[in-house]
Amino acid sequence: MDTETLARIQFGLTAAFHYIFPPISIGLGVILVLLEGMYLRTKDRTWELATKFWVKIFAIVFAVGVASGIVMEFQFGTNWSVYSRFVGDIFGSALAAEGIFAFFLESGFLAVLVFGWNRVSPKVHFLSTIMVMLGSHFSAIWILVANSWQQTPAAYKIVGEGVLRRAEITDFWGLVFNPSSMDRLVHTVVGAWATGAFFVLSVSAFYLLKKKHVDVANASLRVALPFALVASLLQPLTGHSSVAGVAKNQPAKLAAFEGHYDSSKPMDLVLFGWTNPDTQQTVGLRIPGMASWLLYQDARRPVTGLDRFPKEDRPPVTWVFQTYHLMIGTGMLMILLAALAAFRFRTGKLPDCTLLLKALIVSVALPHIANQMGWMSAELGRQPWIVYGLLRTSDGLSKVVSAPMVLTSLILFTLIYLLLFALFLFLLDRKIKEGPTLEMASKRSDRGLI
Amino acid sequence: MNYPFDLQTAWFLLVGILLTGYAILDGFDLGIGTVYLLAKGDTHRRILLNSIGPVWDGNEVWLITGGGALFAAFPHVYATVFSGFYLPFILLLFGLIFRAVAIEFRSKLESQRWRSAWDVSFSVASVLIALLAGVALGNMIVGVPLNKEMEYTGTFFTLLNPYSLLVGVTTVALFTMHGSIYAVLKTEGELQEQARKWVFGSIIFFALCYVLTTMATLLFFPHMAEKFRTQPILLAVPMLNVLALFNIPREIYRRNEMMAFLSSCVAVATLMALFGIGLYPNLVLSNPNPEYSLTIRNASSSNASLTIMMTIAILGMPFVLAYTSAIYWVFRGKVNTEALHY
Repeated sequence: MDTETLARIQFGLTAAFHYIFPPISIGLGVILVLLEGMYLRTKDRTWELATKFWVKIFAIVFAVGVASGIVMEFQFGTNWSVYSRFVGDIFGSALAAEGIFAFFLESGFLAVLVFGWNRVSPKVHFLSTIMVMLGSHFSAIWILVANSWQQTPAAYKIVGEGVLRRAEITDFWGLVFNPSSMDRLVHTVVGAWATGAFFVLSVSAFYLLKKKHVDVANASLRVALPFALVASLLQPLTGHSSVAGVAKNQPAKLAAFEGHYDSSKPMDLVLFGWTNPDTQQTVGLRIPGMASWLLYQDARRPVTGLDRFPKEDRPPVTWVFQTYHLMIGTGMLMILLAALAAFRFRTGKLPDCTLLLKALIVSVALPHIANQMGWMSAELGRQPWIVYGLLRTSDGLSKVVSAPMVLTSLILFTLIYLLLFALFLFLLDRKIKEGPTLEMASKRSDRGLI
Repeated sequence: MNYPFDLQTAWFLLVGILLTGYAILDGFDLGIGTVYLLAKGDTHRRILLNSIGPVWDGNEVWLITGGGALFAAFPHVYATVFSGFYLPFILLLFGLIFRAVAIEFRSKLESQRWRSAWDVSFSVASVLIALLAGVALGNMIVGVPLNKEMEYTGTFFTLLNPYSLLVGVTTVALFTMHGSIYAVLKTEGELQEQARKWVFGSIIFFALCYVLTTMATLLFFPHMAEKFRTQPILLAVPMLNVLALFNIPREIYRRNEMMAFLSSCVAVATLMALFGIGLYPNLVLSNPNPEYSLTIRNASSSNASLTIMMTIAILGMPFVLAYTSAIYWVFRGKVNTEALHY
C-alpha cells in the first residue's frame, strides 16, 4: 500500500477508536448533573448512590479518552505535515480556546468530582459536576469548529506557495460561525447525549435483569430514559438541518449520500440499497423525489448529481452511501427502542420484559455505530479534499515520511489500542460487577471546609 | 487589537512554560520508572506505582496542551519536527501509552511472571521515553539538516549523534534523581531509606553527565552560551540552577523532603530555561545551511492569529488560575491510604 492509503487508514483507525470515549463523557456528564441535582433536591440516598456509581465509570472513560487522544493530536504533525502547515494558522485559535476554556476546566474539576466527595460541600461538588459537563461540551465546540472549517472554509486568505502555502485567519467569529459549524456541532453533541444515555440504559437494564441494585438502576433509568428518547428524537431534525447545509455547501457529498448521479432529475430518498459508481446506478427501496421535497419542498426539483463532478473530484460513493444509510437506520432503531422502553417503564412493566431488557443491554452499541458511521460519511464525503476545495488529501501528506514508516506506526498503534481497549473493558466490567456499594454513601462526619 | 509586546516571543515563552511544566511533572513520574526495578518485593513496587497512580493522566494533559500550543503558535515547527523525527516520536507516544497500560495492568493478576513482565515493560518504557525526549532536545542544540522548504532531510540515524545521545543520558539521569526524591517524599520506613540511597546515587550519576554535557556544549556548540556574554544578567539562571542542585543533598540529609523536591523542580525548570535562552530566537536550527533555520519569525502563525490566541489566553487565564488554585487548596495536606485511582 502507498503512504497515503496507510496514513488515511491510520487516521481513520485512531480517530474511530478515540471517538468511542468523548461522546460517552459528554452524555454521561449531563446525566451526572441530572442525578446529582435530584440528590440535592430530595436528599435521597438512592440518587446519591447512583451519582457516585456513575462518577466512577465516568473517570475510567475520561482516562482512556485522554490516553487515546494524545496520538490524535500528534499524528497531524507526523503524517500530515503539509496539511498542518496549511491549517495551523486557522486551527491555532480553536486549539487555544479549547485548551483554555475546556481542557483545564474538565481535567481540573474532574479531581473534585471523583475524589472530592468528603472535601467540599454538596453544592460545591454539584458545581464541579456542572463544570466537568460544561468542559466536555466546550471541547466539542472547538473541535467541531476546526473540523467544520475543513468542510466549509471561511474567514481566511491564502498566503505563500508550494508546500508552504497556508490559509491565514481574517476573522475569528467568521471561523467560529463558518457555514457548517453550528449544524454539525448540534448534531454531534445530541448524538453524544444519546451515546451517554444508552450507556446508562444498558448497565441499568443489566442490573434489572440480574435483580441487583434495583433502586439505583431505576433511579438511573428515570433520568436516562427520557434523555435517550429526547436525544434520539432530536437527531433526525438536527440531521436534516445538517444535510440542508451540505446541499448548499458540499453538493458532491449530498449526491454521494443518496447515490444521485443525474443532475437533471429530482433526488430520491433511498431507504436502503446499493450504488454502483461504474454504471452510475443506484438500486434499492426508494421514495421518488422525497429528498428533493425534504430539502426544497418541491418533489420535482432537480438536484446536482455526481455527473457534474469530474471523476477525480468525486468522493468514494459506495462508502459514503452505505455509512450514511447505516447511520440513519441505526438512529431509527434507537428511537424505537427508547420509546418502547420509556413506555414500559412508565407503566412499571419494564422489569418483567426480559427480551426488552436484553435488547437494551446490547443497545449500548447502537449510538456508537451511528456515531462512527456518521463521521465516516461526513469525512469520506469530503474527499478527495482534506480542506474542501482548497487542499487535496494526497497533497496534505508529510513529504519526508515513507510507507514503511507509516506501516510501522500503524502496527504499533493498533497494538497499543487493543491493549488500551482490553484495559477499558476490564476496568468497566469490574466496576459494573461491583456495582454501587454502600461504602460510597456519604460519611457526614468528615465533611470538608468549603 | 495590538499588543505592546512581541507576540512571537510571548508565545515562545508560553510554549516553553507548558513544556517545562510537563518536564517537571512527568519527570518525576518517569524517574520512578527508572528506579522501579531496584525496589525489591511486590509491596514496595506497588507503593511506588500508587504514588504516581492518580497523577499520570494529569501529567499527560500538560503534554497535550504544550503540543497544542506548539501547533497553534508555530505550526511550521510542529510540522517539521514531528514529520522529521518520525520514528522517535512514534516510539515516544507508544511508550507513553504503553507505560500507562502497564501501570494499570500489573496488579490485576497474582502470577509472578505476569507481574515481572509488566514491571520490566514499565521500567524500560520509562527509560526509553526519557532518553528519546533528551535525544530530541540534544538535536535541537546540534541542529538538523533542513531544506529551504523547511523539511527535514536527514534519517533516523542522523538523530543518533554522540552529543544528542549524551543529552539523552543526562535527561535519564536528571529524571532518575527527580523521581528518587519524589519517592523519598511519598514513602516511609524501609522503602524510604532505600529511596534515599537512590537519591545520592543518582545525584552523582547526574553530576557526571551534567559536567560532561556542559563541557561538550561550550566546546562544540558555543552558540548556546552566546547570550550570557551579551546579557550577563541571564547568568542568574545557571547560578540558580547550580544552587538548586547543591541544595538537594543538603535537604535530603536534613530530612526536609519537600524542600529537596522543590529544589529538584527548580533544577529541572532552570535547565529548561537554559535550553530556551540558548535556542532563542531559533526554534529548530538547520545544520548545515543555518539560513534555513526555523525561527520564531519565519515559523510562527500570522500576527492576526497570534493576537486572537493571546486575547483568548489573557481572557481565560485568570479563571484557569483561580479555579486551579482552589482545587489545589481543596486537596492540600497529606495523602492518606484512600485508593486514589480509577
